[in-house]
Amino acid sequence: MMNNPTPPGTDAAPRADSDIAFIEVRDVRKSYDAVHALGGVDFHLKPGEVVGLVGHNGAGKSTLMNVLAGTVERSSGDFNLGGHPIGPWSAALAQQAGLRCIFQELSLCTNLTAAENTRIVHRPLRGIGWRRRARHMIGPVLDEIFPGHGIDLDRKVADLPIGERQMVEIARAFTQTDIGLRCVILDEPTSALGHEATEQLLAHIRRAAGRGIACILITHRLNEILAVCDRTVVMVDGKVVAERQTAGLSRSALVELMGSIERPRERTAGKIASVAAPVMRHAGRDAADLTIEVRKGEIIGFAGLDGHGQRERLRAMFHAARGQRQALPGAYVAGDRGSEGVFALWSIADNLTIRSLNALTRGGMISSAAARKLAGSWSDKLKVKAPSIDTPILSLSGGNQQKVLFARALASDAQIIFLDDPMRGVDVGTKQEVYRLIRAEAERGRSFVWYSTELEELTNCERIYVFREGRAATSLVGDAIDTGRILQASFGGENV
Amino acid sequence: MTRRLSLAPWTYGFIVALAMWAATTAYSGFGSAGATLSGALAFGAFSVLVGTGQMFVVASGPGNIDLSVPSVLTLAAYLSMTVMQGSDGMLLPGLAAALAVGTVAGAANFLAIVALRLPPIIATLAWSFVFQSLAYNLGGQATLKPPAGLSRFTAMSLGGVQLMPVAVMVLTLVAMVALKRTVWGRQLLATGQSEPAARLAGIGVGRVRLAAYMLCGTTAALAGFLLAGFSGGAALNMGDAYLMESIAVVVLGGTSVAGGQANAVGIWGAALFFNLMATMLNTFGIQAGVRFLLTGALIILIVALVPRPRVR
Repeated sequence: MMNNPTPPGTDAAPRADSDIAFIEVRDVRKSYDAVHALGGVDFHLKPGEVVGLVGHNGAGKSTLMNVLAGTVERSSGDFNLGGHPIGPWSAALAQQAGLRCIFQELSLCTNLTAAENTRIVHRPLRGIGWRRRARHMIGPVLDEIFPGHGIDLDRKVADLPIGERQMVEIARAFTQTDIGLRCVILDEPTSALGHEATEQLLAHIRRAAGRGIACILITHRLNEILAVCDRTVVMVDGKVVAERQTAGLSRSALVELMGSIERPRERTAGKIASVAAPVMRHAGRDAADLTIEVRKGEIIGFAGLDGHGQRERLRAMFHAARGQRQALPGAYVAGDRGSEGVFALWSIADNLTIRSLNALTRGGMISSAAARKLAGSWSDKLKVKAPSIDTPILSLSGGNQQKVLFARALASDAQIIFLDDPMRGVDVGTKQEVYRLIRAEAERGRSFVWYSTELEELTNCERIYVFREGRAATSLVGDAIDTGRILQASFGGENV
Repeated sequence: MTRRLSLAPWTYGFIVALAMWAATTAYSGFGSAGATLSGALAFGAFSVLVGTGQMFVVASGPGNIDLSVPSVLTLAAYLSMTVMQGSDGMLLPGLAAALAVGTVAGAANFLAIVALRLPPIIATLAWSFVFQSLAYNLGGQATLKPPAGLSRFTAMSLGGVQLMPVAVMVLTLVAMVALKRTVWGRQLLATGQSEPAARLAGIGVGRVRLAAYMLCGTTAALAGFLLAGFSGGAALNMGDAYLMESIAVVVLGGTSVAGGQANAVGIWGAALFFNLMATMLNTFGIQAGVRFLLTGALIILIVALVPRPRVR
């Protein structure tokens, strides 16, 4: 399927090759104003090696990858490529060297098709018939990585659901023309993928490694690290704090290295449910689409494979909540924070208070004092890592931006909060904090409707609706919630 | 970053305006300094008035623009002059008629954008033909005379200070506060930055934009009402100069065409710059053709020099 998967000699002489690192950096630093994103990092990657990179939000993982990929210039430090020192490094040079990057914020042009996007990274695809050749290049790679993906290569990327966009982005990184592929950096590639696609991708990473292509995998899903990586690098506060061979490493050992202890989950399921009358009833489209009921203080989960109508239903409920006979104040935490969450020109404080302006108004004017107090207390409560609440939101790491969006919803008067897979790209420690906060807020009487692509996360819920083909097909309550049943219902297995 | 060292983008208009004032004064003697400035302030006040409305529209999101400003201005002037028939007693009904024209025109613009899904540039341009032809039917080629009271008001000064520019400065302050400290102002800037994010933050994006277009219509109408008094009557071509100028003063004043960021004070700098440049080039006795050339070149130069906020 891939035309020339193995550069000659890679299989034959791996030992000689692996002595020289494909990339090696020493004491790399990167600062943005007062924020030190990288404070002296050593990192190396051998051909055909799979390295996992884990750490908290703002630990510097994405910055390190951007430095390696040439999209961010290092402030200082040595950079060696195949044993040769490199001065200024850029995205174009990285491309020349066979290094590809799959970014956390997708880098596809949404007004073009998958095939046209492939052309962008491959200069040789020109002349008459380039579109056809581009299609023939990306298609087989997609088929190889994600068999049965069902993506229409001639549709604009903007019209594809986010999971399919991510697949196209991944497959594009694995295509090659004149420049041999040496290394692929995957920054949170699975956060938008469903369960099956994730498994397929992990399998492909191992296959690619077998062909001598090195991979760096950044993910907060530690199972994925343990499943595919040869070596795991742990970052904390812009530094590498640990480096381990993955073989023999356990999940809890890894979490411990990251400096946060994973607590066993206590379940509160079934206590509040069925006592109170629902604050919201949302009828489905037809008989096969379940009516969704939300009671005061309840945490409702939306499960199922990605792109099966969960997000659409969540939006419909959000808009319906405002139009109810007794208007129910609602808030929405977007998962696609770049385009649907943050206000890019504003500070943390402005972003955090936009949903609460009416409550902050004194005599027709917004009170700055009240606004700053609200922003300060909630950014403390969520431990947003920033010099001050006046810091521009875009200078924060992805996870910290997400915390601000959470704070926006929690600081508001919302009685029902809709979570649109908000934990994408958020680290384990923060997740546990936010889970606790959600449960505490639920106990104080707020209701949550939570769409998640992470099965483990759904165990926080008291009731779950599993979506299939655009409909809420199955509901699971309390102790009936377990990953096996969710998966079964997602794939439309026998009745649960 | 050198943020502290460099001046805010909106100050450039003021600096260039000051330089031109100095150049004009140096050329034609100190005696003319006061007259040059008061003329620029009086004409600048009209540019600021229409610019402030345009600013709200431009800030409400990429692509939002109101090209109907000149024709709304003209129609409001014609209708209010017709209502007043030159009588001082009818001043208030005349003003009310002008403002009504502005709000209705703004609402009509927005409805065409939303209901017919037209790009704002097309919708407002289409309406501007309608408004212009209404004005034509109302007064034809004739100039409608204003009531004497209105003319007196627009030229009035108290202790050497012109009243109208001061009133427009107060309006600028109100616009500043509205952007910074009112719910609508914050929601407007949020909508301008990202419409989907604004919707999901519970903002009624449609209502917010409707208000912006209605305000823009209202300021244009008010400018038409006052300009008719100031310049001795309503004429069909009275709005022509304000099409490009209302947009240019907004952009030069530091408002982002990408939306989400607005600057009310900067409009004054840009408006003074425009008017003082015209005065300066006139004083130097430069031909109209060269004057336009220099104006265009200066605009490009300033926009190129001004440090822009990072836009992603």
